[in-house]
Amino acid sequence: MDEFVNLKETELRLGLPGTDNVCEGKESIISCCNNNNKRALSSDNEKEIESSSRKTETSPPRKAQIVGWPPVRSYRKNNIQTKKNESEHEGQGIYVKVSMDGAPYLRKIDLSCYKGYSELLKALELMFKFSVGEYFERDGYKGSEFVPTYEDKDGDWMLIGDVPWEMFICTCKRLRIMKGSEAKGLGCGV
Amino acid sequence: MNYFPDEVIEHVFDFVTSHKDRNAISLVCKSWYKIERYSRQKVFIGNCYAINPERLLRRFPCLKSLTLKGKPHFADFNLVPHEWGGFVLPWIEALARSRVGLEELRLKRMVVTDESLELLSRSFVNFKSLVLVSCEGFTTDGLASIAANCRHLRDLDLQENEIDDHRGQWLSCFPDTCTTLVTLNFACLEGETNLVALERLVARSPNLKSLKLNRAVPLDALARLMVCAPQIVDLGVGSYENDPDSESYMKLKAAIKKCTSLRSLSGFLEAAPHCLSAFHPICHNLTSLNLSYAAEIHGSHLIKLIQHCKKLQRLWILDSIGDKGLEVVASTCKDLQELRVFPSDLLGGGNTAVTEEGLVAISAGCPKLHSILYFCQQMTNAALVTVAKNCPNFIRFRLCILEPNKPDHVTSQPLDEGFGAIVKACKSLRRLSLSGLLTDQVFLYIGMYANQLEMLSIAFAGDTDKGMLYVLNGCKKMKKLEIRDSPFGDTALLADVSKYETMRSLWMSSCEVTLSGCKRLAQKAPWLNVEIINENDNNRMEENGHEGRQKVDKLYLYRTVVGTRMDAPPFVWIL
Repeated sequence: MDEFVNLKETELRLGLPGTDNVCEGKESIISCCNNNNKRALSSDNEKEIESSSRKTETSPPRKAQIVGWPPVRSYRKNNIQTKKNESEHEGQGIYVKVSMDGAPYLRKIDLSCYKGYSELLKALELMFKFSVGEYFERDGYKGSEFVPTYEDKDGDWMLIGDVPWEMFICTCKRLRIMKGSEAKGLGCGV
Repeated sequence: MNYFPDEVIEHVFDFVTSHKDRNAISLVCKSWYKIERYSRQKVFIGNCYAINPERLLRRFPCLKSLTLKGKPHFADFNLVPHEWGGFVLPWIEALARSRVGLEELRLKRMVVTDESLELLSRSFVNFKSLVLVSCEGFTTDGLASIAANCRHLRDLDLQENEIDDHRGQWLSCFPDTCTTLVTLNFACLEGETNLVALERLVARSPNLKSLKLNRAVPLDALARLMVCAPQIVDLGVGSYENDPDSESYMKLKAAIKKCTSLRSLSGFLEAAPHCLSAFHPICHNLTSLNLSYAAEIHGSHLIKLIQHCKKLQRLWILDSIGDKGLEVVASTCKDLQELRVFPSDLLGGGNTAVTEEGLVAISAGCPKLHSILYFCQQMTNAALVTVAKNCPNFIRFRLCILEPNKPDHVTSQPLDEGFGAIVKACKSLRRLSLSGLLTDQVFLYIGMYANQLEMLSIAFAGDTDKGMLYVLNGCKKMKKLEIRDSPFGDTALLADVSKYETMRSLWMSSCEVTLSGCKRLAQKAPWLNVEIINENDNNRMEENGHEGRQKVDKLYLYRTVVGTRMDAPPFVWIL
């Protein structure tokens, strides 16, 4: 087994330099290929048995990430991956991005952690150090230059608080805390 | 030699449409060459670097339809860096300058920019048809130019492209006077769609036969669209989540019943499976069904749907269908010609996947099967021998056992005998993809029996250079050979250099070929472009001393009549 260890140092890899994420199995495939070439003069039968047993000995672990394997188009891979991520999220919380006008970077929160609007708004106020004013069904938020809004599934920007909480969680894609005159346009009554 | 005037011969040639046949005609004599070239309207170029647009136009000045392919096939699996090449802009520029009457452009694996699309839309008055498959580099702004400027647009078909969706209003760029659409496929767009513009467009397109929607088109919009287009033949459903009691669902059910011309169904990108029953009334007419993106459709809903599809000729499905599901396909779809089973779990460890049993069932139940792509967890020689006996008519046989080097799971033997049986029985086999544990023996069989084989994909297979030599010597019709992670080296590569003149291209990655071997090849064959792709090791190849023996990571060589290409990025060495 020593010869396998030494060969590893000089192996050509497909991974990025500095990373080690090429599967071990692939390396051992290359190394057993090297050995086969050196033994090219031995009898055919011997070689076949030798090479097949070597390969089964060192066959790659199931979950190893080989570049470009399985041979599935990236477009298809991305689409299936998205599905998996989405369904995983259902168990693990509903993370949405939160932006605030004027803030240098965005945050992410898990909507499933909150039981209702008041908890959510309190958390946002703490996170971004602002206060949101009072909510009126007809007139929106009054008493602050900040207005909490969200983007729904249709791509429209809606005022937070208008729809029942359960519906909000299902349709909310991201949050934005609007500030200033733009907010006033939305916050005031229709 | 000619007893007929040229016009008569030209008229006869009009009936000859296949590229192969027209190429053959042009070789008969000078006179036929001349007549053929002036009457040729459709040209297919399998490798955009094999020729340049100037020479193309000199030979075929009456060109109306051009098909171009760019990157090598393994680019689909991220083995080719994005900037490698395959740019369409120089082609469009040359075609525009020559004022040829281009009507149709079909591109595969090429880099397309908004600039190229804009130029295309403005340069050809009669432009009718744009088909882009696995392309990248453009945004919805490019689509807007096509929509706005191509007055007689018939087909806009976008298949699995990487498009930057600016969520713009490209659909509203179709003028109100545009009523000629026959095909509209934008399933691969990720962003929001202007539903109003879409509905109005569909409503004013009485010739629309193929409509494939993206994820952003919800069920109620689908219902309205189907009411506007009952003549639809090919439908790609976008988003299919809904509450089955709602009014939209009722409307959809009624609209579907009226679509008596519907033959092909795909999409269901987001699907609520229990609503599939809305489609049951038209299933008996379907000849093509693609549910390979519908991860949420499986189990009994899927089976029920398939049981209604007795006339199916083409089925693309995920492996979540399972062996039992494939048995249902085998007993229901007696007309099945093409089957593709894709993996639903790419990270391994799938328990709902398919095995050799599903494949055997299909081969037994579907005598007309000629094309298969099958991703599975395991295989046996016995199963492959049975499949070969049941289906000797395979033209395309692509088997991908997900775990590389996996032997026959019952006997632990290599799968040489199984694949050998396939190539021996299937005398018309043109395309073959191998997987599992394979020795040089399988290549001996391929060289001996696969006389019609044009494309062969090899991964993690073989023992020595002999394997590759069997193939190169035996397969007289080989056009595209692509090999990865297999122990073939310089001896095989250099054995018969003239062979590569009869082939379109050869790809070898993570094999045993060395830099000096490639250099020798390039010297012996100046009519080949020998490209070394070295993305990661920019400097290693230049180190002195052991340079020659350095193994080449990726080798791509292809015949060309126009020499070295000028647009190669720095990490591509053309020897």
